[in-house]
Amino acid sequence: MFTPHTDQERSCMLEAIGVQCFDDLLADMPSQIRLKAPLRLPEPLSELEAERHLAHLAATNLDPNQWISFLGAGAYDHYVPSIIDHIVARSEFYTAYTPYQPEISQGTLQTIYEYQSLIARLTAMEIANASLYDCASAIAEAVLMANHLNQRKRIVVSGCLHPHHLNVLQTYMRSGGFEIKITDWRSGKTEIDEVRELIDSNTSCVVVENPNFFGSIEDVAPIVDLAHKHGALAVVSVDPVSLGVLAPPGEYDADIAVGEGQSLGCRLSYGGPYLGFLATRKRFIRRLPGRIVGKTCDANGKTCYCLTLQTREQHIRRQRATSNICTNQALMALRAAIYLCWLGRAGIRELAMQCLARAAYAAGQLEKVGIERRFKTPFFREFAARFPVEADEILVQLAGRKILGGVSLGRFFAGEKHSLLMAFTEKRTRIEIDALVESVREIIECANKAG
Amino acid sequence: MCKQGWLRTERTVFEKSRQGRRSYSMPILDVPQVDPEDLIPPNLLRQKPADLPELSEPEIVRHFVTLSVTNHHVDRDFYPLGSCTMKYNPKICEFVASFAGFADIHPLLPEELVQGALKLMYELGQSLCEITGMDDCTLSPAAGAHGEFTGMLMIRAYHEAKGRARTKVLIPDSAHGTNPASVTIAGYSSVEIPSDSSGRIDVERLKAYLDEDVAALMVTNPNTLGLFETHIAEIADLVHRVGGLVYMDGANMNALLGISRPGDFGVDLAHLNLHKTFGTPHGGGGPGAGPLVVKKDLSPYLPIPVIVRDGEKYRFDDDRPQSIGRVHGFYGNFLVMVKAYCYILMAGARGLQSMAENAIINANYLLAKLRDYFEVPFDGFCKHEFVLSGRDKAAKGVRTLDVAKRLMDYGFHPPTIYFPLIVEEALMIEPTESETLETLNRFVDAMISISQEIESDPERLKTAPHSTPVGRVDEGLAARRLDVSE
Repeated sequence: MFTPHTDQERSCMLEAIGVQCFDDLLADMPSQIRLKAPLRLPEPLSELEAERHLAHLAATNLDPNQWISFLGAGAYDHYVPSIIDHIVARSEFYTAYTPYQPEISQGTLQTIYEYQSLIARLTAMEIANASLYDCASAIAEAVLMANHLNQRKRIVVSGCLHPHHLNVLQTYMRSGGFEIKITDWRSGKTEIDEVRELIDSNTSCVVVENPNFFGSIEDVAPIVDLAHKHGALAVVSVDPVSLGVLAPPGEYDADIAVGEGQSLGCRLSYGGPYLGFLATRKRFIRRLPGRIVGKTCDANGKTCYCLTLQTREQHIRRQRATSNICTNQALMALRAAIYLCWLGRAGIRELAMQCLARAAYAAGQLEKVGIERRFKTPFFREFAARFPVEADEILVQLAGRKILGGVSLGRFFAGEKHSLLMAFTEKRTRIEIDALVESVREIIECANKAG
Repeated sequence: MCKQGWLRTERTVFEKSRQGRRSYSMPILDVPQVDPEDLIPPNLLRQKPADLPELSEPEIVRHFVTLSVTNHHVDRDFYPLGSCTMKYNPKICEFVASFAGFADIHPLLPEELVQGALKLMYELGQSLCEITGMDDCTLSPAAGAHGEFTGMLMIRAYHEAKGRARTKVLIPDSAHGTNPASVTIAGYSSVEIPSDSSGRIDVERLKAYLDEDVAALMVTNPNTLGLFETHIAEIADLVHRVGGLVYMDGANMNALLGISRPGDFGVDLAHLNLHKTFGTPHGGGGPGAGPLVVKKDLSPYLPIPVIVRDGEKYRFDDDRPQSIGRVHGFYGNFLVMVKAYCYILMAGARGLQSMAENAIINANYLLAKLRDYFEVPFDGFCKHEFVLSGRDKAAKGVRTLDVAKRLMDYGFHPPTIYFPLIVEEALMIEPTESETLETLNRFVDAMISISQEIESDPERLKTAPHSTPVGRVDEGLAARRLDVSE
């Protein structure tokens, strides 16, 4: 199917090689470790059958177009403009390898250079790398980078980080004698007094997420100042869409800004492939993990691009590399670049304003039916709401109306079974939000009657 | 000038930007407009708008399409990049991965609403275990190096559970650079093991390195010279005897499909590269996927979540006290898994085996045709790839880099160069099973022609390429300038 040789060609080639049969080429493979029987896999399918089979599996999942979703918690249902799928479907982009040979990879290289520039502009940082796996691994890489820069071992982490991000960070830090100190999450924001208690002269970096897992907007600037007073670095994980309206990390002097680029034109994709971005100060460039593209000239003086500072990377520096990353998320970075060009200067702000307005409207309408926000903190696109009955019960009832009401906080924090994390992108219409609020009102009324 | 035509420099999106142009459209705001200052303390708001470019949609499309055509890519022509397995990426796999039921589903949906996705992941894991002869699988790692790191952490957890983490990991000197890098961030020191004169692990010398501080041996098989580690079973046995584990970098698994299984020659853990062996595209550098398959003894340490089947239902299991924890924000690069699943379904056992066989035949055919023109540092039949050396071309002042650049003028992507490190002026060639005899012959002709040019016109090589969108790129200048954003 995907292998072209006819039997005749095969024997021709074996003859040219100088062997009688294929097995002669396996002379260095002891027969005891050769497979004796065919692999036990299902019978091969034709393309038609494979498509049907996969279509059936896809249909075994919910039909996302039939449901109204208020799910967020690290992955957001933003509109993906059609030019993105169209451009990334070009073979020239998706069937190329890492651009090791710049003379025949200018397309990929220039788009990465533009992506790096777009991320730097969005975060107001000086430079960005060519992408990492996702936000969680970007946070971990940022923390490792901070440790490389200052050799210190204590990490002070906001307890309001996405629990998955925190867990990935803990996994990455399992070895190497790191000491991770986590602030309490119970106020829904990072308390600076707690950071002050945990930070010391051996602290490598402070890690904060903004908006945090609960959707709360953090006042990061004083935390950055505090970190700097102790000679520590400030690592901030930001939501890129929020930067249309919220202060970017560069404006409050963060040292390393990372984030989840999924919102920038990547489909929800059941959790991946997504895009981790990492931006920082230019003077830290030699400690940056992953690929970097730089502008240069060819032999004729023509402007062009190539991978640069490869001496940081694993294929040159091996055990002393800044990171082990090789394959990254290049095609997702291309999606983000196209998306940020599509939005432009005005669009990123309007998108952020739409999210803010819709979330604010939803919070107000829920309040009218007696549903309070769990934390009285300013929010952007997402907030936690507290219900008089268990959130799981609300979710089940809402699901009966084809509404995905949000993510139960009880899933992450045992004492928070009554709270639901709800997200509102530009895709959620007033009619949909009203349907959510009205359904919630009915469900609670029903529960009250029954109770 | 004619250069302004087809080969013009494409200006950046920032240079093309004109104030007031726009592409985006937003839905009508059907809820009350808000003033951010009423909701958010003003000091937390952005002071200066993000300076993103302003372009019309046709300009954006034209910009990226114009850039795209300057890329070499698999759908255009031969891409014999060693250790990268640049095989054909079936279009049906792209198509099925775009189904809304896969591409538009949120990762935190209730499990009962995503049974199709869970079943797919579970079955893919089962298939990968069968293909490799292993017992258990995690699909979380997003790339090969991510799988290596996950594996190293599991090895650490395994030894810690036995009382002592141990200190070092043995790695042959022909290994990929990611191997020692992954070992380091997992907190082990890497110890380089020499190869013998046949290009394989030197078993006698290996013995001298084996002691109770060895956490694992990290081996690539076939190795990066394209040679099968003939004594792998004996080597694994030696490592096991001192209580160490055997990790296999599965980057070269394409050579073994249906022929031999790591689990049957003593490997305890191995990662696979779905973007190499299982036909998913490389995307200009990613996304890939680096699932890790393990033997039963290592199962308790797998990262969470693990997918389990209860009768006809599938669910995630997070409650695994010995797990190393999460390695990915969600479950890995799911859409890449969809493509690989489709690929395996269509190939079946016979199809996979045929891929490995044809990959091996193609590599040996090229080796046979080129051996009279280029030095072969390690002789014998290869598996899916082989390494040539350009060191004897030095007399003419020609380096392997020049050969690589000249190949572009013949329309080919060059092989991997200067790797593995144990071969001077290395050219590492992996044709894959996708290529026709005609393509292989065209490549052979180009290489022979280049070997003649080395004698007759070395300058032609040293100044190559001559027919590409840009001429030879000054990489040194890029490192000195460090212009990495605009």
